[in-house]
Amino acid sequence: MVTSVTTLGRSGLSDWLIQRVTAIIIAAYTIFMVGYLVANPDLTYVQWVQLNQNNWMRIFTLFTALSIAAHAWIGLWSVLTDYITVRLMGPKAVPLRIVLELGMIVLILAYVVWAIDILWGI
Amino acid sequence: MLKVSIYRYNPESDSAPHMQDYEIDTGGKDLMVLDVLEMLKAEDPTLAYRRSCREGVCGSDGMNISGKNGLACITPLSECVKNNRLVIRPLPGLPVVRDLVVDMGQFYAQYEKVQPYLINHNPEPAIERLQSPEEREKLDGLYECILCACCSTACPSFWWNPDKFIGPAGLLQAYRFLADSRDTATEQRLSDLDDPFSVFRCHGIQNCVAVCPKGLNPTRAIGHIRHMLLRSGT
Repeated sequence: MVTSVTTLGRSGLSDWLIQRVTAIIIAAYTIFMVGYLVANPDLTYVQWVQLNQNNWMRIFTLFTALSIAAHAWIGLWSVLTDYITVRLMGPKAVPLRIVLELGMIVLILAYVVWAIDILWGI
Repeated sequence: MLKVSIYRYNPESDSAPHMQDYEIDTGGKDLMVLDVLEMLKAEDPTLAYRRSCREGVCGSDGMNISGKNGLACITPLSECVKNNRLVIRPLPGLPVVRDLVVDMGQFYAQYEKVQPYLINHNPEPAIERLQSPEEREKLDGLYECILCACCSTACPSFWWNPDKFIGPAGLLQAYRFLADSRDTATEQRLSDLDDPFSVFRCHGIQNCVAVCPKGLNPTRAIGHIRHMLLRSGT
């Protein structure tokens, strides 16, 4: 058992499950968006605003933003713990990895707050 | 004449590893790579590699043959010689002791972690712990592993985190004991594996499946472990 404190779910299983569920949500949103844009080739600004003022659309978009945040957290954490390691870089890898991990988490959370602000500001 | 390029490194005299070229007459025969190494060693006794059974049973002569891990003793030249050239390197990712001999310590440490033995605290029966043919069948494709390390050293996740990710060979054995009807430590075994590294560093790229000289499928075993974790953890 290897302990980790900067993963999203703290357990390998929960990270793995979150990664798969969020992938489905992101895929569903992408399919919906592409479908909507294809179905409305003469999309106007008013129409676009109306779509995004629907509460269900706000929730759908927010879910997708949260999914991207969780997906990116788990994915980038994996990348950082693969390449920024003492094995590859020596002892300086530990402070560098902590800074990058925390920076990544702060940035992701900032994007989420920003997304909420945009969605409810429409 | 077959051109053979071999990774050479003697830490006592070389400052860095280098590739050494040899030429050898195979007499047009489709020899095994180990035969070629034996012929070269007769010429140059300083060449070091491990070998024992010479028939794919002991797992000693795992090495990187023309870019793909395999056992030298059961890899024919016809499978690995390209443009009349054979390139032999040690298994990737493990520290080199000398030439083609690698330090397997990290690999064995991961194997040890999965407790590769039956754990059963129930009172011993008078004769032996019996299995039905169906229960025994579940171990097929798992028990045949010879621990040659070809799979784990072909896995990038094991290259990056050999101290944390158990690797395909260890995980195949972990599932071998999870699947065994005589083992009673399933819950404890599963909880030892539920961290972000031990099992879940496997991203399913199946290098292990592609190189296993025994034709085993560690990726499938890892999938079974994931499903067991999912069943017990949700």
